[in-house]
Amino acid sequence: MPTSTVSKEVEPLAAEVREAARRHYSLKIRGAGSKAFLGRRSMGRVLDLSTHAGVIDYQPTELVISARAGTPIREVEALLAAHDQMLAFEPPDFGAGGTVGGMVAAGLSGPRRPFVGAVRDFVLGVTVLDGRGQALRFGGTVFKNVAGFDAFRLMAGAMGSLGALLDVSLRVAPRPRAERSLSFAEAWPASQARLGELMGKPLPLSGAFHDGQRLYVRLSGTERAVAHAAVRIGGDEAALEVWDELRHHRLPFFAAHRLWRLSAPRMSQIGGLPGSWVMDWAGAQRWLVTRAPAQTIRSAAREAGGHAMLYHGVVDGEDVFDPLPAPLFALHRRLKAALDPAGVFNRGRMYEGF
Amino acid sequence: MLSEFDERLDYRFPSYNRDALIARLKPVLPEDGLLSAPEALRVYECDGLAAYRSMPGLVALPRTTEEVRGVLMTCRDMGVPVVARGAGTGLSGGALPFPGCVLLSLSRFDKILAVDAVARTARVQPGVRNIAVTEAAAPFGLFYAPDPSSQAACSIGGNVAENAGGVHCLKYGLTVNNIAALEVVTIDGEVLTIGGEALDTPGFDLLALMTGSEGLLAVVTEVTVRLLPQPVHARALLAAFGEARHGGEAVAAIIAAGVIPAGLEMMDQLAVIAAERYCKAGYPTNAKAILLAELDGEEEDVADELERVAEICRAAGATEVRLARDEAERLRFWAGRKAAFPAMGRMAPDYYCIDGTIPRARIADVLDEIARLSAQHRLPVANVFHAGDGNLHPLILYDSRRKGQLDRAEALGGAILELCVEVGGTITGEHGVGREKINQMCVQFSEAELLAFAAIKAAFDPTGLLNPGKAVPTLTRCAEFGAMHVHGGALPFAHLDRL
Repeated sequence: MPTSTVSKEVEPLAAEVREAARRHYSLKIRGAGSKAFLGRRSMGRVLDLSTHAGVIDYQPTELVISARAGTPIREVEALLAAHDQMLAFEPPDFGAGGTVGGMVAAGLSGPRRPFVGAVRDFVLGVTVLDGRGQALRFGGTVFKNVAGFDAFRLMAGAMGSLGALLDVSLRVAPRPRAERSLSFAEAWPASQARLGELMGKPLPLSGAFHDGQRLYVRLSGTERAVAHAAVRIGGDEAALEVWDELRHHRLPFFAAHRLWRLSAPRMSQIGGLPGSWVMDWAGAQRWLVTRAPAQTIRSAAREAGGHAMLYHGVVDGEDVFDPLPAPLFALHRRLKAALDPAGVFNRGRMYEGF
Repeated sequence: MLSEFDERLDYRFPSYNRDALIARLKPVLPEDGLLSAPEALRVYECDGLAAYRSMPGLVALPRTTEEVRGVLMTCRDMGVPVVARGAGTGLSGGALPFPGCVLLSLSRFDKILAVDAVARTARVQPGVRNIAVTEAAAPFGLFYAPDPSSQAACSIGGNVAENAGGVHCLKYGLTVNNIAALEVVTIDGEVLTIGGEALDTPGFDLLALMTGSEGLLAVVTEVTVRLLPQPVHARALLAAFGEARHGGEAVAAIIAAGVIPAGLEMMDQLAVIAAERYCKAGYPTNAKAILLAELDGEEEDVADELERVAEICRAAGATEVRLARDEAERLRFWAGRKAAFPAMGRMAPDYYCIDGTIPRARIADVLDEIARLSAQHRLPVANVFHAGDGNLHPLILYDSRRKGQLDRAEALGGAILELCVEVGGTITGEHGVGREKINQMCVQFSEAELLAFAAIKAAFDPTGLLNPGKAVPTLTRCAEFGAMHVHGGALPFAHLDRL
């Protein structure tokens, strides 16, 4: 029968949590700090997870890797690449040290997301330090697992509001044997219509983004499947490097001081927002640089069936995520209280006073 | 027997006035929407796990979300437990009525509301059968990927409650990976939209939390599923092995080679013999195990990958590798696998289907250990499993009319599940905990983890009225169960007051 004893190396972290709960102050969970810009500004003492690092287990034939939260994403990806495997959701890495804990907590996925799934689809299990300083293991290391609530998937994108991740188990995928990038010089409306067609066909698509001038499409799979699809799709051959630049936000566009992320149905029209756009995820994730006021942006996104997030350039006290309807927000509060009753973790990072 | 709920180990609810409840429920339901006669209730006394039976107090058959709200708020006001039910095909007793509960059947929510071929989504009511979604999507060249073997009968709402899988989830994922949005009603009558048409929503991923929550958090009244383009081409092969161990090794080698088959299934000799007798699939009955692999995609790719898989099987010691020559033979290969469960019905009066997941690398060891446990409990076990994702379905053959056999089957099943946990797996891969595996939850999770699950439930359902006695055990139950399973002399949950 398992017990929830905290290991010796985790005990100092657990003690900090218990102390914060007892003395009613909040903790800011920090890995490498590469995504510190993300979310609302939050107060509190730093709970440093960066030294809680290292791969725990990796079995290529099990398609799973388990690593402590402070392990750099790059270290994990290098190890996987050596076995011709990868993190299929292509997490962005905004600095050399970006950690797997931060990757899961932030819930960000790269260009492959609409074709293979997001971080939450690849998390198999987590150990999380809850607001009482207990280490809780949810999920496991196998893909098919329906024992207990999917509290492990709930951690993906929760911005650390429910606890501090100690380790994560991730499903990995074989690397495609061939990849090719094609481009089309056309405006977004033409590309959106083109993608509407392509997405309905069984093509080995693995990326679709529009940089303002051109549509880029990526194909991944076996040599023959990719070659065959390229003939069917047409377009100009393009360099594959652009996908990494997009994924890690190294395209010049992303240097903008104030950047919005709009998540909306890929075929939707979002009207009345002047500015410059980059459309990723075949249109389901749209990046916008604009002078329009926050309220205008949020209502336009909502009208299209989506939501807006102030990704970069948030100032003190400003909201980042779309507000939730009252009953849903009340449920969020109760869920947070279930795992973090004293409100220790990342107070205010997601929503004010939350 | 777990079909008997125990006030002390599960939950106790104050008794209620049945006539008063009927009087309050009648106005919120359609005229024929409330069943109270014993013979009408009898139909609902069990789900697909027919060994467990228990009678509901009443059965409600709402047609609209508003009626579901009415039922839930009435039950909340009167403190009556509610058990939601889809098609009743579940194998873990998840829809087993809590004694005296209101059984909330979603069977009349049977409409496909919309198929949007361009957005690749379908909006359906929870009572729609799984296969009906794929049938509605087929004219657009699309399909709904999760395909549990009960797909001709099971409902989408039940699939969401159980996070159902199927034969193709290694490549296409589980229910949680293939749905976009839910409309749910809480016990307080709040109607919530969870998820949406976009690929994510602000706040917590409640869509993931709701999927697989076994009716403990809220009642699903609408589901938006994601559809995928149908693959152009599918081909299958059958490999026979003289030792089950070699089949297990072939599975690991296929994955290591970077091939993700659309389906990768294994059957042991007893299952092969049963299937062959039942439907003449052409299986080699002298093999100790067979492996079925299906590849899908572009025609030339499928041919290439199929040849690679064939080579890997031969290298792992396959005594025979057969490539399906045509579509008819491919379907025949699968017919045997799909008939494995009914085929067992001819081998023994009863069978008990177990559902655990283990790391792929442990398949061979676990098969050996299951054989040992089978001998120890004196009941035969046939093994059918989704080898690609390590999801085992040992089928325990028994005869419920013979004294003690059901108890022995239950004990053997429990021992197999605990073995799954021991090798690093889980007590349920796709059937859910339900009532059946409630005790084994105490083996897989610690007290603090179970309390966290209970707290998550309470965030949705503070009085615990939704599907009580399922999925998440009380600590008192674990203390009692643990007392029977003392490991290494340490008494778990020792500090708990034992009544």
